Amino acid sequence: MGKTLSEKVWDEHVVRSASGEPDLLFIDLHLLHEVTSPQAFDGLRLENRTVRRPDLTLATEDHNVPTIDWDKPIADPVSRTQVETLRKNCADFGVRLHPLGDVEQGIVHVVGPQLGLTQPGMTIVCGDSHTSTHGAFGAIAFGIGTSEVEHVLATQTLTQARPKTMAVTINGSLPEGVTAKDLVLTLITHIGTGGGQGYIVEYRGQAIEELSMEARMTVCNMSIEWGAKAGLIAPDQTTFDYLADKPEAPKGADWDAAVEHWKTLRTDDDATFDQEIVLDASTMTPFVTWGTNPGQGAPLGATIPSPDDFDEPNDKVATEKALHYMGLTAGTPLREVKVDTVFVGSCTNGRIEDLRLAASILEGRTVADDTRLLVVPGSVRVRLQAEAEGLDQVFIAAGAEWRGAGCSMCLGMNPDQLAPGERSASTSNRNFEGRQGKGGRTHLVSVPVAAATAVRGTLSSPADLAPIAALQEV
Amino acid sequence: MDAFTTHTGVGVPLKRSNVDTDQIIPAVYLKRVTRDGFEDGLFSAWRNDPDFVLNDPTYAEGSVLVAGPDFGTGSSREHAVWALQNYGFKVVISSRFADIFRGNSGKAGLLAAQVDEKVVQRLWDWLEDHPGGVITVDLESRTLRAGAGEDAIEDSFDIDDYTRWRLLEGLDDIGITLGHDDAITAFEAARPAWKPVTA
Repeated sequence: MGKTLSEKVWDEHVVRSASGEPDLLFIDLHLLHEVTSPQAFDGLRLENRTVRRPDLTLATEDHNVPTIDWDKPIADPVSRTQVETLRKNCADFGVRLHPLGDVEQGIVHVVGPQLGLTQPGMTIVCGDSHTSTHGAFGAIAFGIGTSEVEHVLATQTLTQARPKTMAVTINGSLPEGVTAKDLVLTLITHIGTGGGQGYIVEYRGQAIEELSMEARMTVCNMSIEWGAKAGLIAPDQTTFDYLADKPEAPKGADWDAAVEHWKTLRTDDDATFDQEIVLDASTMTPFVTWGTNPGQGAPLGATIPSPDDFDEPNDKVATEKALHYMGLTAGTPLREVKVDTVFVGSCTNGRIEDLRLAASILEGRTVADDTRLLVVPGSVRVRLQAEAEGLDQVFIAAGAEWRGAGCSMCLGMNPDQLAPGERSASTSNRNFEGRQGKGGRTHLVSVPVAAATAVRGTLSSPADLAPIAALQEV
Repeated sequence: MDAFTTHTGVGVPLKRSNVDTDQIIPAVYLKRVTRDGFEDGLFSAWRNDPDFVLNDPTYAEGSVLVAGPDFGTGSSREHAVWALQNYGFKVVISSRFADIFRGNSGKAGLLAAQVDEKVVQRLWDWLEDHPGGVITVDLESRTLRAGAGEDAIEDSFDIDDYTRWRLLEGLDDIGITLGHDDAITAFEAARPAWKPVTA
């Protein structure tokens, strides 16, 4: 019987397999950042251990760094200590680091792909749950805890039980104006936040094949939001074209050898998945969340649901608690929900295509009164590219704040936070209570919805905006 | 890591589903570079509420958390496990754990005991009738017990064999893997030359 894509990649990395034990899996690339690594390096020191493969390890500063005044010392002393600890650890153990101020600095999941270090058929881990992003290239990529970070540093392997396999097939094409973010938010509400638990998921079907690499990263990024171990997409010509000119991609004969292998990374026709889900992209619409987990979402054209709309007692209670926290009333049209802050950025939607899309909607328009728009590029390279294309000028002219690279308001670890009760429309990945700041209320949205919401001040899609010509006549 | 065989302690009902890692410990508390001191951030938003269960003196000695389904969803932060341990929890009982949280628990020595949803409900009911009551969790036999007499609860819980073995023995995962150094070296020698390197 044939194998699925994830089974092929898994099997290529098994160092040791024994009955009744998890597999010992080799890790091709280990990404580090300042928040989840300090205790792992301390553990190595305590046991007099070294980093086995510094040449397969890369660190960047992202979670805890400021997005303004990044050329000055970090103001918060505790944040500064954490960042300085990473610098010392990387120096002591010989790990390549892209620190604040470096041209390759940025969100770890934006940096790996843009350097070309993320390639098909690899195993990639990082002490961050959104490591699933790298699955867009046909890699098995997943988040790990700090004890596992230490394990990979010391051994370049992980002990892992073999997950089950799932296929998510998205047939048809996404309608104009509906994005990969809408697709994945629709999927999560359909399946629920625990639906992927224990599975490596392969996204496939026409709608997935039609996505750009960056859009595929948006889909795979959110795999963890419905509990999947990892999510991946079979590499194809889109993947190879994206990689061809990247600095760390194979060159010459190596490239040919690599592509020849990558072309074998497809689910065999006679392979079977443990579970399959099928959705139709052609019926999808702009989709937003109203609650406090990514599975509490609805089409933008819908109204806020009531606890009575749900059958399961747990869902009723969860809906009631979510509406209370979010300060929302059942039956209100989502389009009438007023938003204070719009955040465009994160490892979900902070790449150059996202910024181009946002700028195309904001060009000639202005951000609504009483609304704040924060645009945070995912990496320094993305920032420089955007500035070369003049996108920063579009954002600034519209009244947005144009920032430096980092995780920023996605998790509110640096000063970019919501105030208590403040409501955001955010292109990030989590709407948990307090995620973007204590008491903050988050609606997860796509980039076009974020941009249109910034202009109107209420949850909106570009279709709700007056044509620019009409605006100019007024 | 200390070996874990059995634990008896005050049960704490946390009647919520989808307790995500940002609820267990928000990101602003993740700036420390040590493994201790994270109890301050545990459930920090909810602890402002005087009615929150951890603010009830009955549960001051709580060490067995009984939570709703999908506990520990979201981030990979092992700080969520450390915060629970730093506060004094030894065991979390739930009908469903997020994968990364469960893995982190096993590595750090917090027992994540998975039970049927009905068992969680029975434990909640029992704790309502017996506030401050103790729950015993036996890893050797994979069973949990609460109370005696008519309303006593005795049931089994799930944990994978490998994690159970490591917890019972208190074994260092890295030490075990380094015992397979020959296998790792052989694997490395056979990797294709075109695989990327960072240095």
